[in-house]
Formats: sequence, structure tokens, C-alpha cells
Amino acid sequence: MPVESLFARLEPLLPQVQKPIQYVGGELNSSVKEWDEAEVRWALMYPDAYEVGLPNQGVQILYELLNERDGVLAERTYSVWSDLEALMREHGIPQFTVDGHRPVGAFDVLGVSFSTELGYTNLLTALDLAGIPLRAEDRSDEHPIVMAGGHAAFNPEPIADFLDAAVLGDGEEIVLAITEVIREWKAEGGPGGRDELLMRLARSGGVYVPRFYDVSYLPDGRIQRVAPNRQGVPWRVAKHTVMDLDQWPYPKKPLVPLAETVHERFSVEIFRGCTRGCRFCQAGMITRPVRERSITTIGDMVETGLKESGFQEVGLLSLSSADHSEIGDMAKGLADRYQGTNTSLSLPSTRVDAFNITLANEFSRGGRRSGLTFAPEGGSERMRKVINKMVTEEDLIRTVTTAYENGWRQVKLYFMCGLPTEEDEDVLAIADMAKRVIKAGREATGRRDIRCTVSIGGFVPKPHTPFQWAAQCDHETVDRRLRALKASLRRDKEYGRAIGLRYHDGEPSIIEGLLSRGDRRVGKVIQAVWEDGGRFDGWSEHFSYARWRACADEALAGEPVDLDWYTVREREEVEVLPWDHLDAGLDREWLWQDWQDAVDETEVDDCRWTPCYDCGVCPTMDTGIQIGPTGKKLLPLSVV
Amino acid sequence: MPEGPAPAPVTQRLRVRYAKRGRLRFTSHRDISRAVERAIRRAGIPVAFSAGFTPHPKISYAGAAATGVASEAEYLEIGLITPCDPDHVRTGLDDALPEGLDILDAVEACTGALADRLEASRWLVRLDGVVPDVAEAAALAFMAAGEIEVERLTKKGRRRFDARAAVIACELDRRATKEAGASCAILRMVVRHMTPAVRPDDVLAGLRQVADLAPPSPPLVTRLAQGPLGESAGELTDPLTPDRQTAPAGDGVAATASAIGTADPGAVSAQP
Ligand code: B12
Ligand code: SF4
Repeated sequence: MPVESLFARLEPLLPQVQKPIQYVGGELNSSVKEWDEAEVRWALMYPDAYEVGLPNQGVQILYELLNERDGVLAERTYSVWSDLEALMREHGIPQFTVDGHRPVGAFDVLGVSFSTELGYTNLLTALDLAGIPLRAEDRSDEHPIVMAGGHAAFNPEPIADFLDAAVLGDGEEIVLAITEVIREWKAEGGPGGRDELLMRLARSGGVYVPRFYDVSYLPDGRIQRVAPNRQGVPWRVAKHTVMDLDQWPYPKKPLVPLAETVHERFSVEIFRGCTRGCRFCQAGMITRPVRERSITTIGDMVETGLKESGFQEVGLLSLSSADHSEIGDMAKGLADRYQGTNTSLSLPSTRVDAFNITLANEFSRGGRRSGLTFAPEGGSERMRKVINKMVTEEDLIRTVTTAYENGWRQVKLYFMCGLPTEEDEDVLAIADMAKRVIKAGREATGRRDIRCTVSIGGFVPKPHTPFQWAAQCDHETVDRRLRALKASLRRDKEYGRAIGLRYHDGEPSIIEGLLSRGDRRVGKVIQAVWEDGGRFDGWSEHFSYARWRACADEALAGEPVDLDWYTVREREEVEVLPWDHLDAGLDREWLWQDWQDAVDETEVDDCRWTPCYDCGVCPTMDTGIQIGPTGKKLLPLSVV
Repeated sequence: MPEGPAPAPVTQRLRVRYAKRGRLRFTSHRDISRAVERAIRRAGIPVAFSAGFTPHPKISYAGAAATGVASEAEYLEIGLITPCDPDHVRTGLDDALPEGLDILDAVEACTGALADRLEASRWLVRLDGVVPDVAEAAALAFMAAGEIEVERLTKKGRRRFDARAAVIACELDRRATKEAGASCAILRMVVRHMTPAVRPDDVLAGLRQVADLAPPSPPLVTRLAQGPLGESAGELTDPLTPDRQTAPAGDGVAATASAIGTADPGAVSAQP
């Protein structure tokens, strides 16, 4: 049965909304395949505005590799802003894909990529607009399988009621495997309906189907047990790890938006995973081990990506790009290749060492040396030991001095507030550090126009990290410490004016904390907030703490738990955590030991360069560290 | 502080006519300029750059149509560091742009300023759900009026100005209306470029004022042509003709350009 494009009905509404271009699709390298020729159809969603969602690599990769397959079709959909949402409701237009403007409800799978938990309310808007019942149990065979992926899917429990399935880890191989399962099931005529399909997916071990697991609770509110409720479903569902990234050089044809987006560049992931062991970093913990792309693959990807897109900027992306074993040769090779072509290179690296400056210099050849970013994360030496960010104050001062000497005028420093064991003086130490930075900069250059910006984020304990047991710092304390820090900088006549301070108040972090470490009971809160009008929670202008707080109080009224219980409460080792049945490979005992080491201010090394310390990932997942050097160099591109 | 070498100078300027069609009518002017810059890079066109730390490609746009308005006649000028066959640039750029941003014509800039030649625009305005006779009566009433003051919300607040004087012609396009079949009225307008600019929306506001014409859904506006006003009333000529005529004879590059220019369907439809 052909599925009609909704565009003709949507078009008259577009002149009435903000930035209509975000809803029309037609981007370079996008594709619209024949509906009837596809056996399996994916709608891929990034649950945020188009301008944030379009650049997302995860969605672009899956979109491209699914569409490369015969018989498989993938289209994209993003969150619509409230102006269009209202018009769509008024005119009965369902959630649509931007490629073929096909109704999302007509696809086989709706795959949603969650990089952050703050997209949960947007999921509900999309489901509702699509005409898909919010709760998975109310869906019938006609509805798509609603599947979550991305980092936040490592604890999908708060949205378990709204999901049919979740996938942990790298998506490249598993989306193809899922496609095969669906293809087969459809070819057989869909025996057993939705239930059978989900069962086949769950049985494979690579897809988590929440409805096949029952959660029981203790009288005090803690989880008693999470157990499969039927035969053939694994007790634990494991994450996926793609080995040999050179085999998966996506995106090959990056999407080039017409609308302005947050990331206007061609990004290449130069490696996945990070074993530096920063204890607050969920991304580092759940993406182990380190798997590098080789310098030559990266060179080829940059070349085709630029050719296909026309982008002017290349981003070398990873969790700690300066750590690539051949980053020096890569930086020089690329800078040589693209010298004089007005192509700029960027490295979102924040490692604090002098080598980083050499790289930054290479990347800014002939350009302006405006700002460099470093992330010491903790203000005091003690704090940095707790979070395992092994940087001494001397390292930092030496690094920024080199930066200022090399013509950089502005240094940005990232910190967190509300870290475990943090005291007021740990936060005030940020001010001392910033002042020393300015002092060093002035001495090194003899100039007064040296600047430093301090950016502070609220710490949120995340699942699958050593801090998963920690009490989150309450927002009153965070706000008080930040105010004290601000006052200390204000008071300083000598350096205060050279230091900028950027921070947010502590309330949103508490909600992020609720969503990060929540269990299935939090679903009621999410639904209540959404019903009350909650949308786009990642945007400070749309986020309402008061609404979340009120909805949490109300929705959890009958339960022995509340907002504080989920956030500012420390957990004991024996407590069953909502995500314990989801396996990121990390050994629970190792994580607990690392948590104890954190409290004792004991650091751990990076297993890339020191012996394995048995975090558990490699043996559990049958993976291993893949790093260079390959010894190869990037040759100049031949000019035709 | 490191500074790059001085940028290569412009050796040739090309004047390009392009269309924005279909769903890409929702592109804003900024969206188009980003798309064109990227297409130039993809197509490998040797565009010149400005000096300074953030060099910009030398591309200038003449009076771009508003977001949501389709167009068959937008113009831009590109400065090149090495002379190119305009026809190559036309096809190269067209291939590198997404479908809906289409390059129709390219000639070497040989004389005068293009912007000066863009004296007026011809517009096609499709009004869905409007009875043709009603639209015709409104257009006649509009043309019969002396001055029609309309109001527009600009960045500087509300502004009142006359929408009538700039309009050289405004009439129902009977043939197009009939061909469209659906219940709609299609108007054709020729509007002189003035300050403040009078846009088709302003004319529609005027039609509402003089004849209570209130279309039930947003109008679909297309710019059909832009150029110098011709001899007869409401006639527009191709603004690239002077460049084609001045192109130095015997110069291989320019000669191809003029030959292509007349053969190009895009250029032909520019003639009123
Ligand atoms: C580039 C980037 C950005 C960019 C672009 C974001 C975008 N639209 O993509 C910008 C600057 C805008 C940004 C903003 C933010 N970011 Co950011 N960002 C990154 C960065 C550096 C790269 C992300 C990336 O492209 N990864 C590569 C892709 C391929 O991985 P992926 O998306 O996870 O997809 C794979 C799998 O997850 C899976 N998958 C994904 N979706 C799906 C769906 C299905 C159905 C399936 C089956 C599989 C699947 O398959 C993919 C291929 O293997 C990462 C760090 C990193 N290296 O990962 C941080 C990171 C993702 N960002 C982070 C954060 C916190 C943010 C912000 C919240 C910051 C803030 N406070 O404002 C915002 C949130 C913006 C938003 N609303 O989404 C954190 C996430 C925290 C966490 N989970 O622990 C990270 C990990 C950085 C960090 N170390 O803390 N970010
Ligand atoms: S198992 Fe060992 S080598 Fe692998 S990531 Fe963990 S610590 Fe590193």
C-alpha cells in the first residue's frame, strides 16, 4: 500500500511558523527511496529541534548505512517546535519524516537516538503526534516498534513504559541485524504479531525489550529484583561494540543542511572509547575500549567528506582527540593538505598538556588564535584526584603559559560543581586557579589583554560509572558555592575583570539526575510533565523546574520514593540499581572499588599505556584495545 | 601573530541567474548563501576570497526574494581568481546544489552594475480558495486607486507606506488560472523596485484594503523575472543582455557564453 507524502497538507502551514526550512528536507546527500520497494522501513529520530538533531553523527551514520542496503529504507524525523505542533494538531497532520514527508506511524521501526535524557518529553510529543499510543502495552501490530539508542539508552528504565525496545552501544552492526529479523518475520507474514517480533529480537540477546522483564520493589522503595518474565529472554542484555572502525567509514556522504545548525562542519570520529578513567564520565565508561581509526582512513574520510559536502570545516571528533596515537602526524598531514584552501580544522580536545598547544598551533596555521579550551574539571588538586582527572596545577599553568606565548589570547577552562566529597573550598579553588592563569599569561606576554573564561557545569551522577552510587549534591548547595565563587572573582581588583564566569543554576541538574538514575516509576513523572506542557527540556528557556518538581510530587505521591530519593540519596553497594540487568561490560566490583578509590583520593592509570586493571569490559564483550601507530603518513593530495 | 599571504585578486566576475523552487522556497537568504558557498567548494570553482582572518568568498547577491517566496529569477555575482567558461560554472554549480536551487544562466560581467538593471520584478501570485472574478475585480480596483497606504511590520516597528505607486501592472492571469483547474485565482504583477520596497504581500494587503480580498490560505508567490523596464508598459528585459552584448568578440570564453545564453531555456523565459 503506497504511503502518501504529507507535504501538500503541510506546505500551507509552513509560512505561519518559525524557520520553515527545518521541516522541508531536501538536504544534499539525503535520500527518498521508493516506499513499495522497501521490505523494512526505519524512521530515525533525534528528539530535539532540527538545528541540534541534524548534525548528529549517530543518526547520520545509521541513516546512510541503512539506505545503502537494498530493500531497506530510512528517513529522518526531528522534534517540531510548539508553533508547528499546534498547527499540526489543528489540521490533523501526524509526525512526519523530513525526507519523504511520510507519516512516522507507517514505518516498521521508530529508532530514537538519545544523547541526553532531556529529550524524553520530546519523545512523547512525537509519539502522540504520530498517533502511536504513548504506552507500549497499548500498541497493536499496526504501530512501529519504538526503539531507543544512544548513550541515554544505557538506562532506559525511566522511559521503559513508552519503549518497545532499547539498544545499547554502537549501532552499525545491530541495526542491520535487527533489520534482518524484521525482514524475515515480515516475509513469513508476521506470525504471532508484535509480541512474536519483539520476542525474536529479545532472544537474539542484543535488544532489550522492557516488557519482558518484571521489576519488583522492597517496602522501602528500593528495587528487589529485575527478572525476565518469560522463557528464552536473557537475564542481562549486553552492549554492542564495533571493532575495526576502518571497516565502517561513515558518514561517507554527510548531510548538508540548508537551515543553520549548531554544528556546521564535517566531523570524523577519529576513535571511539576512552580509557582515561574520569570517574564522572559516562561516555568514557560505556564506550570502552579505545578503538582508533587509522590515520589513512581518517585522511580518506576527510577528503571524501569535504568533496561530498562542500563544508569549510573539519572536526576531528572523539572523547579525547589529542590521545590518538598518530594525532601529531594527522594534524600536520591535514594542515599541509588543506593549506591555502580556506578549510579549517578543529579538535574538540580539552587535554591539559603542552602537546595540545602544538596541535592547536598546527590547526590554526595562518588563522586567528582566538580561544583554547581546557577541562581541569575540578578546582582543587584533591578534587581532581577524586574524579581521576590527573592534572596538577603546575601542568595547567605551564600549558596555558605556552598557549599565551604562542599568541593565544583567551583560554576557556571547564569545571564541574557538586562533585562527590566536594567542599566549599574546592569550588573557591577555581578562582585561585583562574587568577594564577591570568597572572602567568600577563607575565609570559607582557600584555594586559589576556582573558580567561571559566565555565561551570553541575555534576550529575550517571549510571555505569563509579559515581552511580553517589549522592547528587542538592541545588541549594551548588548555587551557594557558585555564588561564593562569583563573589570571590568580583572582589578581586587585580584579576577579576580578566576572568569571565559562565554557569547555570543547580535546579536543572537535579531533574537530569532524576532522569539519569531513575527507574520505571519515573515514567509517570515524565508523562505528567509532558501532559502539563513540558517540551524541549534541554533548552533553558523551555525548561521548568517548578513543573518537574510539582509533577514529581504528585506522580510519586503513593510511592515510598520521591525526587530527593532518586537524586541526593547515596546508594549502598548491595542495592539493586535500575540498570543492573543492562551490561556495559564493566565489572560491578571494579566500579565499586573505583568509587571507594575516589573517596580515598586514589587515582587509576589509563589502560592504553599501562597494564589492564580489569575493569571487565574486554573479556566480557570479547573486545580489546585497538590503537596505532600504523607508521603511515598522509601524502599530499594530487591536484588535478 | 601569523598572517596568511595576500589573497589572489579577482580576474573575472560572473553574473548568475538562479531559481529557488518547490520546497526550497522556504530557504532564507542566509540559507542560500551558505548553500552557494558550499556548492562553489564542491564544484571546485576558483572563487576569490576577501583578505583578513576570516576570509569570505566574493559572492554578492542582488535583492533576494523573501523566505517562502519562490523565484525563477534571482541573481548573484561571483568574483573568480582564474577566468572560467561561464557555461561550465553554470553546470558545475547546478550539479553541486540541492535540487530546487537551480542555476539557470551565467555570463561574464562585462559592463555596468547588475543591481542598477534590476528595475522591477514580475510576480505570479496564486491565491487558493479565491474566486477568479473576485480577484480580477480587486485587481482592477487596485489599479484604479490613486494611493493605497498599507502597513508592514519591519524590524524597526510598524511602517506605513504607499503600495500603489510602485505597481505597474496587476491583473488576473486568466490562462494560468484556467490551467490550474483547482479553485484558485492567479494574479500577475509587475512591481517597480523602490524604497521602501513594495512586495507582493504589500500588494495583497492593498487588495484587501480596496476590495476586501481575503484569501483563506497563504498565497504562493513566485518571482518570474527581474530586469530593466522595456519600451512597452510592464515589459521586462533580460538584465544579462548588456553583458552578453558587450562580451569581447573573439574571446573564446565569452563567445561560448553568449551562444549558450540565447540557447538557454532559462534565459528565454526571462524575456517577458
Ligand atoms: C559533537 C557533540 C555535540 C555537538 C553536536 C550534538 C549533536 N547534535 O550530535 C553539540 C556541541 C551540539 C553537543 C551538545 C551537547 N552535548 Co555533546 N557531544 C558531542 C560529541 C563530542 C560527539 C557526539 C558524536 O557524534 N558521537 C559519535 C556518534 C556516532 O555516536 P552516537 O551518537 O552515540 O551514535 C552511536 C550509538 O550511540 C548508536 N545509536 C545512536 N542512536 C541510536 C538509535 C538507535 C535506534 C540505535 C539502534 C542505535 C543508536 O549508534 C551510533 C553509531 O554507533 C560527544 C562526545 C563523543 N565523542 O561521543 C559529546 C557528548 C555526546 N555530549 C554530551 C553532552 C552532555 C552534551 C550536552 C547536553 C551539553 C550541554 N550541557 O548542553 C548538549 C546536548 C545537546 C542536545 N540537546 O542533544 C555528553 C553526553 C553525556 C553522557 N551521556 O554521559 C558527551 C558524551 C560528551 C561528554 N563526554 O560528556 N554535543
Ligand atoms: S578490560 Fe582492561 S584493557 Fe579493557 S578497557 Fe578495561 S581496563 Fe582497559
